[in-house]
Amino acid sequence: MSTVAAGDHHDHPESPYSIKRWLFTTNHKDIGTLYLWFAFIMFLIGGVMALVIRTELFQPGLQFVDPQFFNSMTTMHAIMMIFGVVMPAFTGLANWLIPMMIGAPDMALPRMNNWSFWILPFAFAMMLSTLFMDGGGPAGGWTLYPPLTLQTGDALPFVILSMHFMGLSSIMGAINVVATVLNMRAPGMTLMKMPLFVWTWLITAYLLIAVMPVLAGGITMLLTDKYFGTSFFNAAGGGDPVMFQHIFWFFGHPEVYILILPSFGVVSSIIPTFARKPLFGYASMVYATGAIAFLSFIVWAHHMFTVGMPLAGELFFMFATMLIAVPTGVKVFNWIATMWRGSMTFETPMLFALGFIVMFSIGGFSGLMLALAPVDFQYHDTYFVVAHFHYVLVPGSIFAIIAAVYYWLPKWCGNMYSEGLGKTHFWLSTIFVNLTFFPMHFVGLAGMPRRIPDYALQFSDYNMMATIGAFGFGLSQLLFLVLVIKAIRSGKKATSQVWEDAEGLEWTLPSPAPYHSFSTPPAIK
Amino acid sequence: MAQAENSYYVPHGSHWPIFGSVAVCTLLVGMANYLNGTSWGGNMALVGFGLLVIMLFGWFGTVVKESRAGLYNAQVDVSFRWGMFWFIFSEVMFFAAFFGALFYARNYSLPWLSGEGSGAITNMFLYEGFEASWPSAANGPGNVGGEYKPMGAWGLPAINTALLLSSGVTLTWAHHALKAGHRAQLIIGLFLTVALGAIFMACQVLEYKEAYEHYGLTLGSGIYGTTFFMLTGFHGFHVTIGAIILAVILFRCMSGHFSSDNHFAFEAAAWYWHFVDVVWLGLFVFVYLV
Ligand code: HEM
Ligand SMILES: [Cu+2]
Repeated sequence: MSTVAAGDHHDHPESPYSIKRWLFTTNHKDIGTLYLWFAFIMFLIGGVMALVIRTELFQPGLQFVDPQFFNSMTTMHAIMMIFGVVMPAFTGLANWLIPMMIGAPDMALPRMNNWSFWILPFAFAMMLSTLFMDGGGPAGGWTLYPPLTLQTGDALPFVILSMHFMGLSSIMGAINVVATVLNMRAPGMTLMKMPLFVWTWLITAYLLIAVMPVLAGGITMLLTDKYFGTSFFNAAGGGDPVMFQHIFWFFGHPEVYILILPSFGVVSSIIPTFARKPLFGYASMVYATGAIAFLSFIVWAHHMFTVGMPLAGELFFMFATMLIAVPTGVKVFNWIATMWRGSMTFETPMLFALGFIVMFSIGGFSGLMLALAPVDFQYHDTYFVVAHFHYVLVPGSIFAIIAAVYYWLPKWCGNMYSEGLGKTHFWLSTIFVNLTFFPMHFVGLAGMPRRIPDYALQFSDYNMMATIGAFGFGLSQLLFLVLVIKAIRSGKKATSQVWEDAEGLEWTLPSPAPYHSFSTPPAIK
Repeated sequence: MAQAENSYYVPHGSHWPIFGSVAVCTLLVGMANYLNGTSWGGNMALVGFGLLVIMLFGWFGTVVKESRAGLYNAQVDVSFRWGMFWFIFSEVMFFAAFFGALFYARNYSLPWLSGEGSGAITNMFLYEGFEASWPSAANGPGNVGGEYKPMGAWGLPAINTALLLSSGVTLTWAHHALKAGHRAQLIIGLFLTVALGAIFMACQVLEYKEAYEHYGLTLGSGIYGTTFFMLTGFHGFHVTIGAIILAVILFRCMSGHFSSDNHFAFEAAAWYWHFVDVVWLGLFVFVYLV
C-alpha cells in the first residue's frame, strides 16, 4: 500500500519542461512555484509602471506622459502590486511552506488550489488589457471612488469584473489554507505548537474570506450604478458617494493587514534561527496577531477623516486605530527580546528581516501620526501618506517576501544561493528604498499632493532624489533574479538542516524537499 | 482501491480548473463587452456560461465518481466540510455589504440629505424642502425614478417567508429520513423542498411584475428601489442556485448515491439552503417589515 493514496498515479513529478505538468498540477510545491514566479513577473510590470511615474516626477512640469496616462499608471501600479505581487507571493509561500510546516503531504483541496492560481493570469490579462482601450485604463485611483471612477471609459467593466475574478482566486486560496491548517496537521501538532507563519496565515486567510466579498459587493454597486441605474452612490437618488468609501475601507483596512500579517510570520521564523534563541513570547505573538485582526475591522474610517464624518466617528476611529499600536508593539518588542543576548549572525535572510523590523517600524510610526484625526487634515492625500504606506509595504511586506525566499530557497531547490550577491542585494535595496521613500515624508509634510503629475518648484530636489532611488531599487531587483536563477541551476548543495539552528518540520525533510512533503505523518515532539 | 485509514489522499492532476478559467474569462469578457454596447458581447457571455456549466458538470462529476469509488477517507470529508463552511461564510459577508448599504442609506444618507446633523447646510442650499421618509419617499431629493409605492410585508413576502421556512422543515425531514434509511421519505422530502423553492421563485417573479407594472417601483427608484431589488435579487439568485443544487442531489438520491452515514454532498446542499433561508429572514425583517 502506498501511503500517499490512490488517486495519485505518479509519485515523481513530470519533467519541468512539460506544459501539462504546470497546467494540471495539484501539487502544492508546483503551485507555490507558479504563484511565486507570477508574483515576480507582476513585480516587474508594476515596477515599470512605478518608474513611469517617477520619470514624470523627476522634474516639475509635464514632460513625458499625459496626465490621464499618469493617473492610470498610479492606479494600475497599486492594483498590480497589491493584488498581483504581495498577495500571490504570500499565497505562493503558504503553498510551499504550510504543508511542510504542519507535517502534511499537500494542501487540503489540491484541485481548487490549481484553480486559485490559474485564475490569476487570466484576470490580470483582463486588467492589463484595459490600458489599450478607448478612454485608457482606470485612472481614478486604486480605491475606485465614485463619482470619479464612474467616468472611466470602456475599461470600467473590465476592471470591475477582473477584480471579481481575482477575488474568487483569493477566496479559494484562503479557504484552502484554512482547511489545510484546521484539518491536515500531523497528529500531535496542536494549534499552539504551529509555527507562527502558519498562525499568521490562518488569520490572514480568515480576513480574506471576510473582506474580499465585501469588496466584491462594493464594486458590484459601482457597476450597477453605472450601467443599471441604481442609486447607491448617487445623492440625488438618496444614496451617498461616501458610502462607497465606507464599504471600500471596510475591505481596505483588513486588506492592509492581509498584506502584512504573513510577513510577521516570516520574520518570526527567521529571527530565532539567526539569533540562535527560541522566539520570545510565542503565545503573546499569537494573541497579538488575533488582536490586530480583530481591531482591523473597526478602524476603517481613519482613511476618511477629511470627508466630513460626525465628530463621534472621528474620535472613535482615531482611538481604535491607535489601539492597534499596542499589539504591533508587542510583536516588535518580542523580536527584539528574541535577539537580546543571542549569538547573532547576519546571513542575507537575517539582514532582510532586520531591515524589515527597522523600516516597518518607521512606517508604523508615520501611521500613528496619520491616525491623529486633527493632524491628518494636513497629511491626508499628500506624499506623507505615500511615504507611510510604502514604508510598510516595500521594506515591510516586500522585504519579508524576499527574506522568506532567501531563507527557504535552499530547501526548495537544494542549493545554497550566493551569500555575496545576497548581501549586495540587501544593501543596494535598503539604500535605494530609503532614498526613494524617505524624502516623500518631507515633501508630503510641506504639502505636495499625491496622484498629481506636476508639482510646485520647491519640491524639486526631493523628487529628484526619489526618482534616482526608484531606478536604483528597480535595477537592484534584477540582481535578485540572477541570484535565484543561479541558485536553481547550481551552487553548493544544501543539507537538510540548511541553517545551523533552524527549528521546524520543514528542516527535517531532505533538500530539495520531496515532491510529496510528508507521505506518513511525522512524529511531533 | 480500498482506502487505508491514516493515509492521505492527494488527487491526480485535473484539466477542469484551467478549463474553468477559460470559461469564466470568456463569460466576464463577454459581459464587459456587452456592457460597453458591442453586438457580440452578450453571445460571448453565453458561450462562457455554457463552458462554465460543462466545467461544473465535469469537475463535480469527477468528484462524485471518486467518492463513489471509495477513494475519499474521513480526512477528505472534513476538508470538504471546512471548505463548504468557509464558502458560506464568504457569501454571508457578500450579503453583509448590501445590508450595510441599506442601513447606511436609511440611517445616514437619507437623514443627512433631509438636513439632519451636519447635513443642515447642504439641505438648505442644495435640496431645500427635501424631507425623506422611508419607505414611501426614499428616492432622494432628485425623486429619481418618479413616484412609487413601496412593497409591503404582508402579501406575497409573507407567503414567501412561509414557503421558505417550510422548505427548511421538509429538508430536515429528508435528512432524518436519509440517516434512518427511509428512502421514500427522503425522496419525497427533498422533492417537496425543491418544489417549495421553485414556488418561492415564481412568487418572487410575480412580486417583481407587480412592482414594475403597478407600483412604479423599479431598480431605478432611488435608493429604495436600488436596495430593494439588489437585495431580493441577489437572494433570489442564490435560491435558484440552491434549488438547482438540491435538484442534483435529488437525482443522486434517486440513483442511490448516499448511505446513512456517508452523504456529505447532501449536507453541504442543506447547509447552503439553510443559509439562503436565514438571509431571507433578514430580508423579510429589514427590507419589508421595518
Ligand atoms: C501601525 C499601524 C498603522 C496605522 C496606525 C496606520 C494608519 C494609517 C492611516 C491613518 C492612513 C490614512 C492616511 C490618509 O489617507 O490620510 C493610512 C493609509 C494607508 N496605510 Fe496605514 N497604518 C498602519 C499600518 C499599515 C500597514 C501595516 C499597511 C500595509 C502593509 C498600511 C497600508 C496603508 C495604505 C496602503 C494606506 C493608503 C491607502 C490609500 O489611501 O491609498 N498601513 N494608514
Ligand atoms: Cu487603514
